Amino acid sequence: MKKGIVILTSVLISMVCFGQEKNKKMTFEVDGVCEMCKVRIEKAALGVPGVKYAFWDIPSHQLSLIVDERKTNTMQIKSAIVHVGHDTKELKATQEAYNSVHPCCRYRDDDLDDSKKH
Amino acid sequence: MKKISILLFWFPILLTAQDKIEGVVMEANSNKERIGLSGANVYWLNSPLGTITREDGTFTIPYESEYNKLVISYIGFKTDTLMIDSPRTVNHFLEPSNQLDEVVVEQKKEAVEKALFSPQNVVTVNSKELLKAACCNLSESFETNPAIDVNFNDALTGTRQIQMLGLTSPYLLINQENIPMVRGASQAYGLTFTPGTWVESIQITKGAGSVTNGYESISGQINTELQKPLSDVPIFVNGYANLNGRLELNTHLNTKLSDTWSTGFYVHGNRRDVEVDNNDDGFLDAPLANQINVMNRWQYQNPEKGWVSFFNIRFLNDEKQVGQLDFNPDTDRFTTNTWGSEIDTRRFDSSVKLGYVFPELPFQSFGFQASYSNHAQDSFYGLNVYDIDHESVYSNFLFNSIVGNTNHKFTTGVSFAYDGYDEQVNAQRFRRADQSLGAFFEYSYTNLEKLSLTAGLRLDTHNRLGTFFTPRIHIRYTPWERGSLRGSFGLGRRAANIFAENQKLFASSRVIQLDGNGGNIYGFDAEKAVNFGFGFLQKFTFLNHPGSFSVDFYRTDFQNQVVVDWENPNEVRFSNLDGKSFANSLQVEVNHEILHNLELRMAYKYYDVETTYQTGLLQRPLQAQHRYFANVGYNSAPKENGSQWRFDYTFQALGRQRLPNTASNPVEFQLGNFADGYGLMNTQITRVFSFKFEWYVGGENLTGFRQDNPVLGAQDPFGPNFDTSIVFAPILGRMVYMGFRFKS
Repeated sequence: MKKGIVILTSVLISMVCFGQEKNKKMTFEVDGVCEMCKVRIEKAALGVPGVKYAFWDIPSHQLSLIVDERKTNTMQIKSAIVHVGHDTKELKATQEAYNSVHPCCRYRDDDLDDSKKH
Repeated sequence: MKKISILLFWFPILLTAQDKIEGVVMEANSNKERIGLSGANVYWLNSPLGTITREDGTFTIPYESEYNKLVISYIGFKTDTLMIDSPRTVNHFLEPSNQLDEVVVEQKKEAVEKALFSPQNVVTVNSKELLKAACCNLSESFETNPAIDVNFNDALTGTRQIQMLGLTSPYLLINQENIPMVRGASQAYGLTFTPGTWVESIQITKGAGSVTNGYESISGQINTELQKPLSDVPIFVNGYANLNGRLELNTHLNTKLSDTWSTGFYVHGNRRDVEVDNNDDGFLDAPLANQINVMNRWQYQNPEKGWVSFFNIRFLNDEKQVGQLDFNPDTDRFTTNTWGSEIDTRRFDSSVKLGYVFPELPFQSFGFQASYSNHAQDSFYGLNVYDIDHESVYSNFLFNSIVGNTNHKFTTGVSFAYDGYDEQVNAQRFRRADQSLGAFFEYSYTNLEKLSLTAGLRLDTHNRLGTFFTPRIHIRYTPWERGSLRGSFGLGRRAANIFAENQKLFASSRVIQLDGNGGNIYGFDAEKAVNFGFGFLQKFTFLNHPGSFSVDFYRTDFQNQVVVDWENPNEVRFSNLDGKSFANSLQVEVNHEILHNLELRMAYKYYDVETTYQTGLLQRPLQAQHRYFANVGYNSAPKENGSQWRFDYTFQALGRQRLPNTASNPVEFQLGNFADGYGLMNTQITRVFSFKFEWYVGGENLTGFRQDNPVLGAQDPFGPNFDTSIVFAPILGRMVYMGFRFKS
């Protein structure tokens, strides 16, 4: 237990010192609709080396991440996400990438008529 | 050629290398100092292109002519948009702003993360499903589920025996909240010691299962989760009565003591005083019984700190009397006046569980569990005495984390088990102490869409089984939408408790023959088997309603088994396997919501379970090779106050079953080679009046089908042809029951 505290404190200290955390929590918005989007978004995020954990909340559209800041940054993750067709606040998917998502995931359409099918 | 291709490969990179923007983002200050801002966002508006500035504030971003607005943003600074129409160097100062334009929200996550797809073939039976079989304990909870077959154990006790993939419960690992529960001394009656209302859900894993729960499971694992004081209703009362005189009462009392502590008090009692003998053979069709079962649970839950903990204690007293109607234990015990039997069990269980999820790292956790149980059964069957004391300690520590990211997870840990047995088999005493220490590592991979895999290995050292590895692997692949292919392979071993598992042999005039080879478990070697299987599941929508189709095949191959040979009607012979023993099982299942709220479930099962007995390779006796199953459930739409009707109907048909050889008996005690097939129907109607109160009425074995002669030689129970072990059909006829549930 004592050892654990020592390790924990030293980890915390090192985090403060370098400012680049091994386990940095971050959350940002990613556009999407459904369970399929969730899999696609989380998979894209986890595909970026340094992303340890990804959870996209369907109702709030918030993507929560735990990342190793020494290996990646938010823009790299957002690039990966727009690459599979989902918009973020800064980066937007190309029309080509957007067209590649399943019709039920077309979050840019205001009137998601077919949303009832899910 | 090679050179050209290398050149071609480099060509586009060289081209694009020129189309980029380099620059520095700096903090604007009055001294015009060049302070680089690291971690600032630099991106093209409405484009997929973006980057972050390095330690010194420099950045490089690709340039594409279709984008001309470069946005530079940073928390605590004003966002600037630069018009850029050709590749050039950008040096930009950002003005500090008082307003934060982006707030980093730290979202609270659930303490337990659930995998999207499980590579294991797991069926979860939730509480709604459990209500379909209103009576009464765990052994009767599987009647509406085709993954498990329920057989009749013997002609006297009314105990059900469950089987999966053609193998009976000793080859299944039955856990209660991941602590092995029905094993050793409790193998025969253990399932009847968990009242149905205590069960929150059941997870049934077909095939070898995970290595984290030990090496003993061979054809599958069943885990029951009990009601939790925090999530169960504060007051629950359930009463049940059937026309054959069985009465049951269940009460749960749960209290929340503080934000973190809750406690629950669970009491179960059942009794049967009415003597039933519908087949007029002079023997009770169902035991006279009396059970008191009391459990107290404490739950500690602190999601902020990440701790979850449970403390349980349970005490059970179970008494059964079976045999001839006029058997009076006080005067007839151990006499040949009348044949009777008493089975008295006292059991004490206690366990502790401790789980910790790292609050900052939801994918990392550790768990510790320890349990102690003491099981004492005193029993006699006619003139045969069988007593068993079983003391058991089990403890397990495990740690979960990831490798790189949550696509690669692992669980590792150590476990320790001690089992002390003390048995009295007539004049002979058997004592045994088993200890084992094991370490395990399980890796699981998922790419979230197509593929997931769990591969585990454990190393155990056991004072009787030796030191050995147990590998197990499960794979799942999604070839197309809503379909999945599964495969599994695993090894399992166990020490067979030959008397406890085959207690029905005592209620017969069969002579026990131990034909061992000097092994160290009753003279036998440990059992060892390989199980593998594959299956396919397809979900579909038909007539706008969801459904699923599945087919799976499993095979278990024994390398060693303690073969129980009933083929000579005058003896039961135990020996190590000399030859082949295997179980093949095939199951085809279709589920469909035919109409709104009306669900249909149909299954066909084929078993080929063969073992080399003294008389050669034979189908296992009392095993129907073909089984058909259908279940229809209808729930009316619940009203605002929760009121609802629920209807449930189950039909099962069993093909013919091979009977143990009785050819050497006198003609009147011969049963033939096969028992004919038959069908059984159960139904239940539940009327929910409100969220607080509901009642139900139901019937089992509606057609009243029963076996004519479950007790062979019933006229002369102390004679040479007495046998209660050959049971292939219900003994009780139609059984009507009713009950109520009150929740508050």
